Amino acid sequence: MESLRLDVPVLPNGFRLHWDKVRQRHVILYPEGALGLNETAVQVLELCDGKRTIEDIADELSARFGGADVHDDVENLLISLANIGMVKDAGN
Amino acid sequence: MPATNGSTDGSTRIPNPMLLIAELSYKCPLHCPYCSNPLTIGEAKYADELSTADWCRVMREAADLGVLQLALTGGEPLVRKDVEEMTAVAKEVGLYSNLITAGTPFTRKRAEALKEAGLDNVQISIQDSDPVNSDRIAGTKSFSKKIEAARLARELGFPLTINVVLHRHNLDRIEEIIQMAEDLDARRVELANSQYQGWAAINRESLMPTREQLEHGEAVVNAARERIGPKMEILWVLPDYYEDTPKPCMGGWARDAFVIQPNGDMIPCQAAPSIPGMLFDNVRDKSLAEIWFDSEAFNRFRNFAPEVCKTCPLDRFHLDFGGCRCQALALTGDARNVDPVCKFSPQHAIVADAVAAANRPGRNGDGALIYRTEKGTVPVAG
Repeated sequence: MESLRLDVPVLPNGFRLHWDKVRQRHVILYPEGALGLNETAVQVLELCDGKRTIEDIADELSARFGGADVHDDVENLLISLANIGMVKDAGN
Repeated sequence: MPATNGSTDGSTRIPNPMLLIAELSYKCPLHCPYCSNPLTIGEAKYADELSTADWCRVMREAADLGVLQLALTGGEPLVRKDVEEMTAVAKEVGLYSNLITAGTPFTRKRAEALKEAGLDNVQISIQDSDPVNSDRIAGTKSFSKKIEAARLARELGFPLTINVVLHRHNLDRIEEIIQMAEDLDARRVELANSQYQGWAAINRESLMPTREQLEHGEAVVNAARERIGPKMEILWVLPDYYEDTPKPCMGGWARDAFVIQPNGDMIPCQAAPSIPGMLFDNVRDKSLAEIWFDSEAFNRFRNFAPEVCKTCPLDRFHLDFGGCRCQALALTGDARNVDPVCKFSPQHAIVADAVAAANRPGRNGDGALIYRTEKGTVPVAG
């Protein structure tokens, strides 16, 4: 398997965030599926615009949460999503 | 206004559906002998297709009912000239739209219009990596146009799914099939073995692979997954005859998905019309929410368990719901029986015998194939 590089995380082509109004939650929609997301994941994914690096995203969220160190949480979340194909590196 | 089941009488809450399978038309340029459409596609009622306005209203109602995924299928959906219009409505209401096409009518003009309308994903069926056998199984010359359509989909930036139904006559080329999907830059390849429903039921003997073919197939898939990683998702589905426990057909009767036929009949699964005495409501007469929550057909097998499932030694009922009602009917004569794929079914020998026959030494399996046609019902061969 190719080693996973994840500097600038982004949703793959054909994947998108969606507000499920009936179930009152955010999901990632993709071919043949939907993945339910918690609020933390939504906040991270909303910043995955194909330009921000993981550092940028962690810095922004940290500022939002009074300077808490969220870098490892953000990185672990994005890597676990990348392992199941829900996130990829913008350069790949 | 989102529709939910307001039941407060303590009964099990009916889940909202996730998936609408919109069968826009039963016309199709292909004649695949494992088509999941009913054998009765030639009936006059199916030629009375829903209007554009009906389908657009259906998309809006589906979104309000909780549907997230829209499969635009058929037959061949692109025989309708209004798929672009429907897709635009699907986008407006947030449905994830997936066009499931034979590929041959996916021309540049239509592909560009569909892109413009907001289509999310393109799924193209290819019958084999071998052009001659692909055309033979499709019953028409189509392979090269399918490849062109797949390249066009990628050129326009669509994520691409390649779907190859597997069976005795193409399983041995599974490596080449995966390579073909990679070469076409597919995001997902579906390698589902034919299940013996619809047209595949009458072609079961010719289609059913050997155990050896399936073991080889599974090993190839596992190696490919390891090599390719998340870049291309590989779906692999065994024929359920080769499993000990049944599949949760459609995620359970009327729990997760529903089908709307070309004439507007709303049904819990593609094979449900085979069950005698089932009356289906039509979306021209009732709202999707009324049919989903309240119709007799959708409630028939909700909160239903076949007898043997009530004492399941594996406690699997919550996982498989006793399998497929339609397969139980087709093989045992009664839709209320447990799916005989289950090893605890009193009629499991029906399935075991069919598997044994497929693996009999010396059997070459090149029986004739009965092709899908719209020219009336083909008598079911014994």
